[in-house]
Amino acid sequence: MNIYALVKRTFDTEEKISISNGAIAEDGAEFIINPYDEYAVEEAIKLRDEHGGEVTVLSIGDEDSEKQLRTALAMGADKAVLINIEDDIDDIDEYTSAKVIADYLKDKNADLILAGNVAIDGGSGQVGPRVAELLGINYVTTITELTIDGTNATVVRDVEGDSETIETSLPLLVTAQQGLNEPRYPSLPGIMKAKKKPLEDLEFDDLDLDEDDVEAKTETKEVFLPPAKAAGRVLEGEPADQAAELIKLLRNEAKVI
Amino acid sequence: MSKKMLVLGEARDGELRNVSFETIAAAKNISGGGEVVAVLIGDQVQSLGEEMIHYGADRVVTVEHPHLKHYTPDGFGQAFLAVYGDESPDGVVFGHTAMGKDLSPKIASKLGTGLISDVTKIEGEGDDAEFIRPIYSGKAFEKVEIKEGLQFITIRPNNIEPLAHDASRSGDVTAKTVEIANLRSVIKDVVRKSTEGVDLSEAKVIVAGGRGVKGPEGFKPLKELADLLGGAVGASRGACDADYCDYSLQIGQTGKVVTPDLYIAAGISGAIQHVAGMSNSKVIVAINKDPEANIFKIADYGIVGDIFEIIPIMIEEIQKIKVS
Repeated sequence: MNIYALVKRTFDTEEKISISNGAIAEDGAEFIINPYDEYAVEEAIKLRDEHGGEVTVLSIGDEDSEKQLRTALAMGADKAVLINIEDDIDDIDEYTSAKVIADYLKDKNADLILAGNVAIDGGSGQVGPRVAELLGINYVTTITELTIDGTNATVVRDVEGDSETIETSLPLLVTAQQGLNEPRYPSLPGIMKAKKKPLEDLEFDDLDLDEDDVEAKTETKEVFLPPAKAAGRVLEGEPADQAAELIKLLRNEAKVI
Repeated sequence: MSKKMLVLGEARDGELRNVSFETIAAAKNISGGGEVVAVLIGDQVQSLGEEMIHYGADRVVTVEHPHLKHYTPDGFGQAFLAVYGDESPDGVVFGHTAMGKDLSPKIASKLGTGLISDVTKIEGEGDDAEFIRPIYSGKAFEKVEIKEGLQFITIRPNNIEPLAHDASRSGDVTAKTVEIANLRSVIKDVVRKSTEGVDLSEAKVIVAGGRGVKGPEGFKPLKELADLLGGAVGASRGACDADYCDYSLQIGQTGKVVTPDLYIAAGISGAIQHVAGMSNSKVIVAINKDPEANIFKIADYGIVGDIFEIIPIMIEEIQKIKVS
């Protein structure tokens, strides 16, 4: 099977967010593979081990994303592709990203494309389905189980807590939900091997696209932090009194019950 | 200039979900007095049309077909695009629900348009509309606009107030016939895990448990409290990783992001990754044994104590109110 996994470099979930000069400050922050993309990479590796073939991890970003791609290679992916469009394209939105990824994938004959169902930074979850639509292939989002048999695929997807079993066929794009698998940690031999695995660096000029084709459709005007919450009230007294007081406050002061 | 808007309503178990009415309010906001047309898609949705009118839609177009019993992107995409073609709207609003998240990027990609997902607030109207949406799971927000063309957004449930229900409003509910074919996904089975019906993303009250619940059994009093308040049960990553509950309950930067009116955090320490998923709740209550727990920093009301002692008393107190 010819398998692709889409990977995005994101802030670690434990990072606090601050703003400087109207943008999210990245100085000193820890970066990781977007956790949902990590499930995608793990599933890609498992499927390759089961069915044979090759796993390519693909990312859009600048050279800093090489670190996350090397991590995916150390987990067991076979090769990596980094499309660095930051120098040529000023504004990148979901429309832009999907156009770039789909253009790269259009002649690669992928049997299966895996991605995270959402990135924990931008959080829109658009790119996966957009890429599938541009490639003219089917997609299933928020999956928790995937079984491939020949060209048939059986997928279980999480629908707001319910489980839906879907039958479909390859080629297919799926987006990973939590619960799909338990991503492995790269082993030491894996990390050593990853250093020698191919990582292809591409630029915008390497694609069959003009800048007009990928111009962002949306524009971010402002980024801001939520207002700081005023310190709350810690109740006192015997447990029974506190609980009774709480219910009274929720009813009469906060008016939420 | 007034704008013509198209919204997609959403039914579950034969009833319209609340977010459907919120899409109408959002569309009215953007339309600047223009027409709001609601679309309903399913195998039996005709009878629900009138309700959309009562909540402010000017007209309703329904598409019914046996192949639309279950949502699939192909089926619902064909139905929606057929209505879109007839109406040529200036803007489109979906709910940011499982269905809206799945379908909207496909439609936007097909139409070659921008799409602003998970909007929690709208400022301005028409071409000047600006949309506020959380990023980094609510650790920050951004204000975004569509540069030109279709104003296409999805709205997060529970953030944009629906218009008042007005049974005296009237409007046309018309059925459109669409040929639904070549569905590439076939739904074989749906297993309901969320048996009680209150969905986390739409719940007005959430009672969430962390490692402090100590085991699957520990969720029972939380469930009882949630049921009593008409709410849903959630969990922290700690509780899910420890197998106390299903991952579908997880709230946080990985997991669901929720904004209920009341969030009760029971035995949750308040790790950054959890707080990101619930800090925009309107009222937060924290119950934790550890007075230094981070969760108290964002709580409106805090009780330092044992959840297994406090929650049963809360249940009793609420029952007293309900009886009186």
